[in-house]
Amino acid sequence: MITLSHFLVLAALLFSISVAGIFLNRKNVIVLLMCIELMLLAVNINFIAFAFFLQDLAGQVFVFFILTVAAAEAAIGLAILVLLFRNRGTINVQDLDAMKG
Amino acid sequence: MTFELFLFYVFGAILLGAALAMITVRNPVHAALFLVLCFFTAAAIWLLAEAEFLAIVLVLVYVGAVMVLFLFVVMMLDINVAELREGFTEYLPAGLVVAAAMATVLTLVITRFITMDPPERAGAEYANTLELGRILYTDYVYPFEIAAVILLVAIIAAISLTMRRRPGTKAIDPSVQMKVRRGDRIRLVSMESTPKEGKKKKGE
Repeated sequence: MITLSHFLVLAALLFSISVAGIFLNRKNVIVLLMCIELMLLAVNINFIAFAFFLQDLAGQVFVFFILTVAAAEAAIGLAILVLLFRNRGTINVQDLDAMKG
Repeated sequence: MTFELFLFYVFGAILLGAALAMITVRNPVHAALFLVLCFFTAAAIWLLAEAEFLAIVLVLVYVGAVMVLFLFVVMMLDINVAELREGFTEYLPAGLVVAAAMATVLTLVITRFITMDPPERAGAEYANTLELGRILYTDYVYPFEIAAVILLVAIIAAISLTMRRRPGTKAIDPSVQMKVRRGDRIRLVSMESTPKEGKKKKGE
C-alpha cells in the first residue's frame, strides 16, 4: 500500500538531487535550467500526492498552472540563452559578468 | 508488498537514478535525454496517484515540447563541454553535503509528522479528465485565462528576443515593400523622341 510518505520522500530526494545538480553544474546555464525543471517536477509530485490523499482536485489544478508557467519560463529562458550565446559566444556563468561594477 | 507499491518502487528508483545521471553526465545532450526519462517515470508515478490527465500532459507537453526545445538549443549552440566542466570536483563535496542535509531533514520531517491513510481507489466510472475540466472551467476559469495570457506573453517574448535583424543582408521588409507607390520609384521625364534639326546643326 503506497502511503503519503512514499510520495513525499521521493519528491524530497528528487528536490535534493536537483539542488546538488545546481551546485555541481554551476557553470553550465543549460544544465542549471534543467535542474530547475527537475525541482518543479519534485514540487509537482508533492501536489499530486496531496491531491490524491486529500481527495481534492485543487492540487491537480495547481499542478496544471505550474506546468503552464514552467513551460513559459523554459521558452523565455532558452530564448535568453540563445541571445546570450549569440552576443557573447559563451554560456559559462563565470564569463557573464558584464554588469559587475 | 502489494503490486502498486512494487511499481512505485521501480519507477521511483528509475526516476532517482535518471536524476542522478542527469546532474553528473558530461554531455548536455545526454543530460536532456535523462531528464526525458525522469519525466516519463514521473508520469507513471502520477498515474499511480490517479492523476491521469496530468500524467499525459506531462508526457505530451514536457517531453514533446519543452524537452525538444531544450535538445534543440543544446544541439544548436556550439558548447565547449570541457570548459564548462571545470570545478565539477571542486564543488562536489559542498553539493553532496547540502543535498544530503536537505534530504535528511525533509525525510525526517515527512516520516515523523505527516501520516495519512490512503483513500479508496476511484472506480472505473470515475474520469479524472472530466472532473478536472469541470472545476477548471468553473471555479478556476479566471486563473485559466491568466495562464493563457502568460503563454501568449511567453510566445511574443521568445520570438521578439530571438528575432535577428542583421545589417547588410539583401532581405526586404515586406511591409516596406508593400508601402511603395508608383511615384516613389518611377519618374516620368517628358522629352522629345528625336532631337530638332536646328540643335543638331548647332552642335556640329
